[in-house]
This record gives sequence, C-alpha cells and structure tokens, in this order.
Amino acid sequence: MAEVDKDKLYQFLLRMGDNTLILGHRVSEWCGHSPVLEEDIALANTALDLIGQTQMWLGYAGEVQGEGKSADDLAFLRDAWDFRNVLLVELPNGDFGRTMMRQFLYDAWSSIMLGHLQKSTDERIAAIAAKASKEAAYHVERSSGTVVGLGDGTEESHNRMQAALDYLWPYVGEMFASDEIDLAMAAAGIAPDPANLRDEYDALVGRVLDEATLAIPAGNYVHKGGRDGRMHTEHLGHLLCEMQWLQRAYPGCEW
Amino acid sequence: MKNEWPLWEVFIRGQHGLAHRHVGSLHAPDAETAILNARDVYTRRNEGVSIWVVEAKHIAASSPSEKGPLFEPSESKIYRHPTFFDIPEEVGHM
Amino acid sequence: MYAQMVKTASNRVKTREEMSPEEQHFQDKIDNDVKIEPKDWMPEDYRRTLIRQIGQHAHSEVVGQLPEGNWITRAPTLERKAILLAKVQDEAGHGLYLYSAAETLGVSRDELIELLHEGKMKYSSIFNYPTLNWADIGAVGWLVDGAAIINQVALQRTSYGPYSRAMIRICKEESFHARQGYSAIMKMAFGTPEQKKMAQDAVNRLWFPALMMFGPSDKDSVHSEQSMAWKIKVKTNDELRQQFVDQTVPQIDYLGLERPDPTIKWNEERGHYDFAMPDWDEFFNVIKGNGPCNADRMENRRKAWEDGAWVREGLLEHARKKAARKVAAE
Repeated sequence: MAEVDKDKLYQFLLRMGDNTLILGHRVSEWCGHSPVLEEDIALANTALDLIGQTQMWLGYAGEVQGEGKSADDLAFLRDAWDFRNVLLVELPNGDFGRTMMRQFLYDAWSSIMLGHLQKSTDERIAAIAAKASKEAAYHVERSSGTVVGLGDGTEESHNRMQAALDYLWPYVGEMFASDEIDLAMAAAGIAPDPANLRDEYDALVGRVLDEATLAIPAGNYVHKGGRDGRMHTEHLGHLLCEMQWLQRAYPGCEW
Repeated sequence: MKNEWPLWEVFIRGQHGLAHRHVGSLHAPDAETAILNARDVYTRRNEGVSIWVVEAKHIAASSPSEKGPLFEPSESKIYRHPTFFDIPEEVGHM
Repeated sequence: MYAQMVKTASNRVKTREEMSPEEQHFQDKIDNDVKIEPKDWMPEDYRRTLIRQIGQHAHSEVVGQLPEGNWITRAPTLERKAILLAKVQDEAGHGLYLYSAAETLGVSRDELIELLHEGKMKYSSIFNYPTLNWADIGAVGWLVDGAAIINQVALQRTSYGPYSRAMIRICKEESFHARQGYSAIMKMAFGTPEQKKMAQDAVNRLWFPALMMFGPSDKDSVHSEQSMAWKIKVKTNDELRQQFVDQTVPQIDYLGLERPDPTIKWNEERGHYDFAMPDWDEFFNVIKGNGPCNADRMENRRKAWEDGAWVREGLLEHARKKAARKVAAE
C-alpha cells in the first residue's frame, strides 16, 4: 500500500461509515410501519446489513484515527458538523416510494463502489468490501425491483415514484463529486475516484428507471455539503438528537 | 379479498444434497418477488441454499377421503423398509 | 396470553353420545394426539375458534412490534440497535407465520387485518402498555417474551397441524428474545444508579401487565374446557401464570432488584411462590380499549395499512401487466 495521509484515510472511512449509519437509521424507522409484513421484514434486513457495515467502517476509522475511539464513540458522540455522509441518506423517509427510490439510488452507487473497493490496496478495506458487496448486490436487486414495480404499476404509484425521483435526483451528484481526499485515495490505490464511477452508475440507473417508465428530471443542479461536512440538511440534527440521546444524557454507561 | 397479493408456498433446500422442504407460506405480487420475500422471511438464520416458490392455488393435494386408498396399500409393503430384513451382524453395516 | 379469553360457541362440552360419527372420529384423533390438518373434517366451531385464537395471536405479534419499535431509533449502541431490530423483525415474521396458519382455515390475511382495524378482533392486552425507558426493552424481552414462551411451548402440542408447526418455528426463535432481554436488563441492573433506577421502574410497571397476559382464572370457564378438549389450549391460565412466577422471581432476585409485588413469598407446602393477582378491573378496561396506548396502537396500524394501499396495489398491477405482456409475447 502506498503511503497515505492518515487523516485523509480517516475521512474516507467516515464517509463510508456515516453513509451506512445514517441510511441504516432511516430504514430502521420503518420497522412496524411498512405497507405489508413481507416488506417490513425485508427493510429490517437491509437496515441490519447497513448497521453491520457501519460497525466495520467506523471500527476501522477509529483505529486509523488512533485516539482509542470505538465505532460507537464515533456514531454516538460526534456532532453534526463531523458527519461525512452524503445528504441523500439523511433526507427523511417520506412515503414508501421515496424511501425505496432513495434506497435504489444509494444501492446502485454502493454496489458499484464496493465492487471496486474489493480490489483496494488496503487489505482491511478490501475485506470489508468483500463482505458488504454481497449484501449490496442483494439490496440493489430488491430495491430496483420495487422501483420498477411501482414505477410501472398504477397511475398513482407511477406518479408517486416520479415525484420521489424529482425530489431526490439533485442529491445524486454528490456521490460522484471528487475532492482532494478522493484523489489521494485513488493515487494510493485505496479507492476509486468517484467521478470515474458515474458512467457505470448512469448505465445501471438508466436501465432500471427506463423499465420503471420514469424520467430523470431535467436540470443538473447538485446539492452538496455532506461529504465534506460543510453544510448538512436540517434533518441530520433531529436524527442525531434521537439516535444519540441516551449516550449523551447518561455519559460513560455500559449498555 | 380485492387486490390481496396471491399466497405462495415456500420450499427450501436446507443444505446441499437435501431435498427442498416445505417451510411455510407468504404473500407476493409475483414469483420473482415471492422468491425475494422467501429469502428475507425464511432464511434469516442461514436456513437455506435454494428456494422454490409455487402459488398456493396451483398445488394439487390428495383429499382426506382418498387417504385410505392412496396411502394404505403402501403400509402393507413393509419389505420396502430396510428394517424389514434381518441381516446377520457379522456382515457389518449395510 | 397472546390470545386471551378466546370464546367457543358451546355452553358445555359435548358428551361422546351427543357427537356425530365424524365428530367422534375427529375427537378420537385429538385424544390420540393425531394432528388435524387443513383438509380434514373439523367441527365448524373448532374452525372458528381457531381462526379467532390464531388471528389474535398473529395480531399480537404485529401490534407487539410497536412498543419495542419505539426504541429502535434510540438504542444506545450499534449492537443494541441491531439486536433490537432483529428482534422486532422476528415479531413481524411470527405474525406472518401465524397469519399463514390461519389462512389454511379459509380466511385471508387481509380479511383478518381488516377485522382488527375495525375493532372486531383483539390483540394481547400487554401491548397497550407503553415503553418509557431503555430498560423497558430488556424487561419486555425478559418478562413479556418470557411469559409468551411459557404459553407457546405448551402450544407446540396443539391439535391443529399448521398452528403447531408455526409454534415450533416461533419457539426456536423466541428463546433468543428472552435471553437478549435479560442480558440487556442485567447491564442496567448492574450499571450506574440511574440505570438501576430505570431497570427497577421497568420491572415495577411491567410485572402486573405481564401477569395479565395469561388472562383471568379460567378454572371454571366452559370455553377453556372446550378448548382443552380440542387441545387448542393445553394448560389453564393459572397453571401457566404460576409457572411464570416461579421461574421469574429468582431472576428478579439475581438482578438485585426489589420484587415488584411485596407479597411474593415462597410457599413450602405448595412448592410454589404465592403472589398477588393483577387488578382485573384494569385488565378488562384495557381489553375494552381503555389502556394507556390502545388508541395510539390502532391508529399506527391503520395508518401503516392505509398509507401502504397504493404500494400493494401498484406492485400487484405491475405483476398483472408483466404477466399480460408475457402472454402477448408467446
């Protein structure tokens, strides 16, 4: 493995782990409230996979940081400005259609990203990606099927899915916006430059949305600010209030 | 009931080499989704390596009144069961 | 239990002479522990009683997701969140297995769900109590699932094949629930003074509602007598409750918590603990809809169902279109 700046590697790992942490949290909010039992169970499986991935990414992030912090410390004791997830995953669930569209747009990226990360020069990252990519492959199969089914379903389901896509699409670009951290990872062979994944992503997403009879909205504005922590949405603070409350109110306990 | 998803019967091969076994049922709009749902519902604890689903209405079953004629004849053919035959211990396991 | 006070249509159990030949044959099978299967002949009242009982049991699993689900987003560690989520997911799975068992009796899952939403079917009283602090999650797993397991282990021997098989599958998964609950509450009871306070508060609030789960004494109930003759109920409510108290009191003591009922005392002569009965007026009020959470629980379930209607219809319509396209292509 080529020499790489520890802090940049730490930032990269936070990006991976915060994506799965926040999205896993959002998906877990559905438990007990889904449209049908089979979906409730499936969504819980997705959330469980994402929580498991979080433990691996943030666990490694804590080691790289070298201050003795555990995955739990990083998840429950950082404030919003320290989070490095893309904005897409912190957006509220909305209706089931928006949740599944968000899931698909994330899964498509994640399945491609993890595929490349299996070839990482960092063995730990390659090992995490090997495990996570099997899960991601299933997630994208499931979420793309639901997007197609609802997009090409009734008039109402089609309209709701189109509205979900219109709302979420401006958040997609952030997953591919490279910065100096990404370039350092790419130079060291640790991770691909996300900008280079865009064609593969567009091909996959285009094929599924086409089958779903949904149209990618015009306009190419991209909301950003999550991956570098410059500016999250208002929603993240509320999510953290809930998620971190016990750890904050009763510091130092074992649970 | 209007717009209720069809009922599917789920069969799972627990390990390589074993036959598929009926494990339960679930609802799904189509066969592809039924297989995905079966994976999520019935293999949460690594119970399976292969899944079959069949829409419940397509299963033809023997009716209880036929139970006599269908099953009783085989009960008398006890020679089909290995324990029917006394094999001397000296010849070893068979 | 998860199915409380299920009524049969009879006002007394028939004598053998009063039974038709097919009913005699049916009762003989039950007496000989031969399972009744979906296509076998069965008395109409047996079928209806089972639909009520299994349906109520299924509803309890699904409504039971709510009080615990209330803490998924506030779980204090990633591991606790994963364990709790997996546990609540299991409840959904158990609901699904039970609805499937009920469906073999000629009623559909959606019909049962609508009966619940119309208030024509019930679910266990316990899920109308709130979960107010994190230790409640431990206490629910330990006490509520602990009480449920006692009943469900007995029901593995129930006479109706699909119900019995669902119970066997459920019991395998349930032992994880009680154990994770006790492990969570151990952390609390042996933790900081605040954590111990949460644990004590949880046990104090949930003890009597847990005892209510077994239902009022049914030693003189004709419905229970009939259900026991049919082996869809295997032990009396009082027997099961006593078994629960006997197994749980030493577990409370081990945690170093105060017993939630000061009258609990070992009775050497009986070989059991004596204990106080819950307030049955409160129980009947909860059953009638006046529990602390009845209205919220039902509103949540109805909302999930109604908000999900477009999803169920959309996916079904897609399946129809796909099938039609396939036919057209052939």
